[in-house]
Amino acid sequence: MDLRFTAEEIAFRDEVRSFCREKIPAEIRRKVSEGRGLGKDDVVTAQRILNARGWAVPHWPKEWGGQDWTPIQRYIYTEELLQAAVPLPQQFNCYMFGPVLATFGNQAQRERFLARAANLDDWWCQGFSEPGAGSDLASLKTKAVRDGDHYVVDGQKTWTTLGQHADWIFCLVRTDMEAKKQRGISFLVMDMTTPGITVRPIITLEGRHEVNEVFFDSVRVPVENLVGEENKGWDYAKFLLANERTGIARIGLTKERIQRIKRLAREMPSGAGSMWDDGDFRGRVAEVEIELKALEITQMRVAAKQGRADSVQPDPASSLLKIRGSQLQQAATELLVELAGPFSLAAPARGGGGNNPPGGFDWVDAAAPSYFNNRKVSIYGGSNEIQHNVIAKGILGL
Amino acid sequence: MDFDFSEEQNLLRDSVERFCADGYPSLEARQARTREPMGFSEANWGKLAELGVCGLPFSEEDGGFGGGAVETMIVMEAIGRNLAVEPVFASGVLGATAIRLGADSDQKARWLPGLIEGTTRLTLAHTERQSRYDLHDVATKARREGSHYVLDGQKSVVLNADSAGLIVVSARLSGERRDRHGIGLFVVPADAPGVTIEAYPTQDGGRAAEVAFANVAVGADAVLGDSEDGLPLLVRVAEHGIAALAAEALGSMSALHALTVDYLKQRKQFGVTVGSFQALQHRAVDMLIALEQARSMAIYGAMMVDSADAAERAAALSAVKVQVNKACRFLGQEAVQLHGGIGMTMEYIGAHHFKRLAMIEYQLGDTPYHLRRVADDGGLIAA
Repeated sequence: MDLRFTAEEIAFRDEVRSFCREKIPAEIRRKVSEGRGLGKDDVVTAQRILNARGWAVPHWPKEWGGQDWTPIQRYIYTEELLQAAVPLPQQFNCYMFGPVLATFGNQAQRERFLARAANLDDWWCQGFSEPGAGSDLASLKTKAVRDGDHYVVDGQKTWTTLGQHADWIFCLVRTDMEAKKQRGISFLVMDMTTPGITVRPIITLEGRHEVNEVFFDSVRVPVENLVGEENKGWDYAKFLLANERTGIARIGLTKERIQRIKRLAREMPSGAGSMWDDGDFRGRVAEVEIELKALEITQMRVAAKQGRADSVQPDPASSLLKIRGSQLQQAATELLVELAGPFSLAAPARGGGGNNPPGGFDWVDAAAPSYFNNRKVSIYGGSNEIQHNVIAKGILGL
Repeated sequence: MDFDFSEEQNLLRDSVERFCADGYPSLEARQARTREPMGFSEANWGKLAELGVCGLPFSEEDGGFGGGAVETMIVMEAIGRNLAVEPVFASGVLGATAIRLGADSDQKARWLPGLIEGTTRLTLAHTERQSRYDLHDVATKARREGSHYVLDGQKSVVLNADSAGLIVVSARLSGERRDRHGIGLFVVPADAPGVTIEAYPTQDGGRAAEVAFANVAVGADAVLGDSEDGLPLLVRVAEHGIAALAAEALGSMSALHALTVDYLKQRKQFGVTVGSFQALQHRAVDMLIALEQARSMAIYGAMMVDSADAAERAAALSAVKVQVNKACRFLGQEAVQLHGGIGMTMEYIGAHHFKRLAMIEYQLGDTPYHLRRVADDGGLIAA
């Protein structure tokens, strides 16, 4: 038993660390760190820099641009990106669509899409959730009816993250209306410029345009856009969601937030000194740090286990990482609002306000929006309640 | 990075688990042990010595087994899982660590054979009525008289003092009560003239005592290390103690969680097993999360307890104690609640796990104490 990284792993960590800090523009990293929204250009720029180094899609099969990394290396890579406030490679391209296509797509599809997805030449978005299909995803109703060498798609998707930037969408659609829930679902990709597709923004509570509704009205999609076999889409979706949970604890992100809170607390006046002189506040920060340290080790335990040939199944412990990881991400944003205190009320970014930031603090206006926005992390990717069900069934046998 | 036990460690684990299964087949057997005069079975203690548990942390050249923090973790986890009452913690961890890290070669030659064979048991006397968890808060006095030291004072809640042959005592040679300098660690025979031991049972089935020292004379060879700078040694002993308590808690919590899940699968109400209710399933999952987080911190404690950096070590072990304490309370309370009435009874082993876990919180520092230490040191993550 040894918690330390090997010399090779440390060298790798240092390599990723200095690359992130030297090559990814500071302005992009600052926006991430302050919890301000990124433009499409920022995400594309960061990903192309990583891709040029071969690091946009390291977990993909090698022939499609992946790296032969150990699970520990992948863990180090993700954590270093997060800690350096580098935007992670676009998740729908890199963690969802890419792995599914590499595993279940045909050769022509792989050649057509994978390299472009890795370089973010195409921006992909996800069409899974529907107004009536959230946690109960398999009850989705959007249908694709075969008509010659096309499918005709009708229905609606929702919570489509950054769909406003998307060139392509991968969707779960119902291709067999008679079959039982999970059986009649297929995995279909569509060009967002196809006639009949309409994107409508949903403004989330912090005031940003991050998610969308997507409507499909008699959209004609060539059958060659079907991924894998017809009616097997549910299997691919399960594969994808297991991928989504890897690294979902976002330890590095929370660490970076805590570091920032500690820095800012020293500059935030309180009583005769600063907020950092307030022992109660430090205690609340310490409590999050301690829980985070425990989760970091839990995550390393999961990663070390994944590295072994005898465990190819997704570890149900990843549900644990999702639950606690999301809670800690949220706890850090709560601490930041608490630190901003009375200044957290101010929202000059929503219009009005002169050149003076509230109280002279240039970060406080982003604190509450970040807190508001982070309520999503215990909802998306299978809500924490669903993760509880997964553990109760899969681990405890209840 | 590697979270697996070595082959030798697996062997140790197997033999200690087997010992516990044989020695603790039932709650009745365990309760019978607690009613023996010393609060445990001397025969069982002898078996533990045969397994090498008493000499575990000592190096092979000292006649021990050369075990480290991971080996201690393995032993203490088994102790916790089975609620074993032999004084492995008081003697094999606290006392033995003081000797291992503090004794010179003459002292080792004198004490180690008895320790390793199990014929000599140790304990650590550090708590005083005003000290709470501060190891440097020492009112017990030591003074030099010729070639001897004379000790005067009172120590509280000294674990297993009534069955110990040697008591490691913190006493102050110089300075004010809360000074960090001036404290020595003295190894005092429990039967030395002037030592009074008033023993009592503890809430969790163990034994402890109020120990008074009245003009107790010991030789210069009773001092561990520097007679006026013993605090760093005492701190290290307590850190090893925290790592061991974390492992013991982990064992107890694993057992209690397994009992609870099992109960949810068996107990029927309204015509179904209560484990089919989602409200209870989710609570059992939250218990599992707390357990796995505590397991991670027990591992972290074992890894950090020998770190050369004292500040890093202190913060790490305090963090371990905070996380484990919180898990002890959460898991213990949830387990009793999910069991319902049966969880409240003396005849149910789960209730005894609950009590032990509750008491672990108050050994070597409670949650607010250690949280404050982490917070005052600026936390775990460098800003």
